[in-house]
Amino acid sequence: MKTLEQTTDEILGLAARHFKIPREELAPNDDFYKKLKIDSLRALELITRLEHHFGIELPDYEVQGVTDFRTLASRIQARL
Amino acid sequence: MLDLSQYESLGAALSGAIERWPDEICLIEADREYERCRLTYREFAEAALRLAAGLEETGFAPDHRTAILMSNQSKWLISAYAVFFCGGVLVPLDYKLTPAEHLALLAHSNSRALIVEYPIWRTLSPRDFSGTRVETVLVTEAPASSDLTGAKRWEELCGERAPEFRPRRRRDAACIVYSSGTGGRPKGCVLTHENYLEQCTAVSPLGPFWPGARYLSIIPTNHAIDFMVGFVMPFTGGGTVVHLRTLRPEYIREAFTRYKITYMAVVPLILKNLERGLRERFAALPSTKRRILNALVRVNRIATRRGPKPWLSRVLLKSVHQAFGGELRALLVGGAFTEPKTLEFFHDIGIQILNGYGCTEACTAITVNDMKPFRPDTLGKPVAGMQVRIMNPDADGVGEVAVRSKTVMAHYLDDLELTAETIVDGWLLTGDLGKIDAGGHLHLLGRKKNMIVTTEGKNVYPEDIENVFESMPVKEFCVFAANYLWPQRTMTGEQLVLVVHPDPDHNQNGAIGREVERRNQGLLPYKRVSGYVLWPEDFPRTASLKIKRNILAEQVGRRLDRSAVQLL
Repeated sequence: MKTLEQTTDEILGLAARHFKIPREELAPNDDFYKKLKIDSLRALELITRLEHHFGIELPDYEVQGVTDFRTLASRIQARL
Repeated sequence: MLDLSQYESLGAALSGAIERWPDEICLIEADREYERCRLTYREFAEAALRLAAGLEETGFAPDHRTAILMSNQSKWLISAYAVFFCGGVLVPLDYKLTPAEHLALLAHSNSRALIVEYPIWRTLSPRDFSGTRVETVLVTEAPASSDLTGAKRWEELCGERAPEFRPRRRRDAACIVYSSGTGGRPKGCVLTHENYLEQCTAVSPLGPFWPGARYLSIIPTNHAIDFMVGFVMPFTGGGTVVHLRTLRPEYIREAFTRYKITYMAVVPLILKNLERGLRERFAALPSTKRRILNALVRVNRIATRRGPKPWLSRVLLKSVHQAFGGELRALLVGGAFTEPKTLEFFHDIGIQILNGYGCTEACTAITVNDMKPFRPDTLGKPVAGMQVRIMNPDADGVGEVAVRSKTVMAHYLDDLELTAETIVDGWLLTGDLGKIDAGGHLHLLGRKKNMIVTTEGKNVYPEDIENVFESMPVKEFCVFAANYLWPQRTMTGEQLVLVVHPDPDHNQNGAIGREVERRNQGLLPYKRVSGYVLWPEDFPRTASLKIKRNILAEQVGRRLDRSAVQLL
C-alpha cells in the first residue's frame, strides 16, 4: 500500500512529464490550474492519465472543486 | 417537429411528443464504456408519471417550485417533465456551486421540493435547511446502505393513483433560471412557457430534429442553452438526447462515433479544445498526407464559401468527419465569445458551427449565424421574431444591445427594481455593447455592465465573489471587471480586479498582496481576481453606506491605468 506522500510524488512526476515542466517546480500544495497553466478540460485530461496510471476510476464529482495536488492525491489514495 | 403554436405549455408540448413518437428513442445515458439506459418516449413518460404521482402524494401542487441539482443525465429530464406534468415551476440550479450557494438559491427561489443526485446531497444534507421552504427532497442513486435522514429515494417514489395533468397557460412561469447572484443580488430569470415555446419555434429551423437525430448533451442542463437545445428542441422534434456521465474529452470523442451524433452544443472552451486536438492530429501526419489534407481543406473552403455543403465536405475530408461520427450536422456554440479564427478552422474542414449570441433573460438565442454566407467576424442575424436595436449609438454605431421579443423573460424573481432597470418599454437591455452592420449582422464590442464571461460560458459578477475578501485588514475594497474600469472594444481575455483602500498600519512588506493571493485561492479558478490596485482615498458611498460602484469605477478608471494593476 502506497503512502499519501508516495501517491502525491507520483502525481507530481506524471503531471511534470505530461505538461513538460521540470518536476522540481511542482509542490504538493500548488494550484495545478495556475502552476500548469491549464483549463478545466486539460485538468480532466490529467485526471484520466492518473486513472490509467493508478488503475482506478474517479467519478467526476469526486474531483469537482479540487484544485491542488495534495487534495487530488488524497482522493486517489482513498480508491487505491 | 410539432407545431408548437398548438400548445399552451412545455408540459403539454412534451405530452404531445410522447403521443406522436411513443416508440422512438428519446434518451440514451452512457458512462465511460457502457450504456446505463436507453428509453423510448413511452418509457420516458412512464418513469416521469410514476414520479409525478409520487410528487402529488407529497402534497405538491400547481405552481409549486422544484429545484433540480443534477449533472447531465436522463433523470434530469424525466424529473423536469414530471414537474411540468404536475403544473410546477422548475428551478434548475448549477450543480457546480458550493453547498452554501445552493442553499441561498433554494431559499431565494422558495423551492418546495428538491431533486438531487446523491453525491451532491452528501455535501448538502448536513446543512441547515431552516432558511428554505423545502419540504420534499428526492435523492437519486443513493446507495442502499445510505441514511437519507428525511429525504426520499427518487427511484422508490411512486404514487398509488395515476397523476392528473395540470394545464398551464402560456404566460405562466415555467422555470426560474439564475443568471447570477450566488453571493450578491440574486438574478432569478422568470421564464414563461411562452418564452420557451417561441424560442424553440424560432431556433428549430436552424437546427431541426427528427426521429433518429441525436444530440450529445455536455453543457450542464441547468444552463439555458442545454435546456433548449438538449431538451425542448430534440423532444419536440422526436429526436434523441445522449447523456454522458463523465465529461472527459476522450469519452466525448468516443461518443461521436459510437452514437453518430447529429448536433452538440459547446462553449468556446470546448471548441478550442477540439480544435487543439485536431491540429495536433494534423501536425502528426506524415508530410505527404499532410499536404494532401491541406489541399483538400483549401478545396472545401472554396466550395463552401457561399454556404455549407455537408455531403461534399464529408466526401472530401472523410477521415476528419468520421472522427465526428460521420453524421454531424452542426456544433452550436454560445455562452461566451468565440474567436473568429476558431470558427474559420472548423468551417474550413466542413464542420458547420452555428455561432450565436444570447442571454438567459432572452431565453437563450438572440442572434445566430445562418451560414449564408459564413461570417466568422459576426454573431449572426436576429432569429425569427427577435427585434434587436442599438441604444444611443455613438459615431461608430456602437451602443447597448437591446432586444424585444416573445422570448424575453417575464421579470427577475422578487426584484421589481432590477426588472425595471433591465426591461424598459418592453426592450431588454443586455448590458453588452455592439453594432449592427449593413448586412444586418450583430458585432459585440464590449460590455457596459460590470461583469465578465469566461470561455466556459460562466458569467461572473464582482458582487458575487466579494465575500471571500471580507474582513481583510484593509479600510475597504471593491471588485470590478477590468473592462468596466478601463473600457476596451474586445470580448476576450476578460479579467477581474480588486480595488483596495489600504490601512497603512497593515500593508508592511506587501502584506496586502499576500492576503489577497491567499483568499483568492478560496475561489474557483474561473472566479479569481487577476490582480489588485491600491486606491488611497475613501470610497464614495450612498446615505445607507453602500459603495457607489459606478462613481468609484469612473474615478479609478480616470486616474489609474491598467499598468497600475499588481498581478497575482
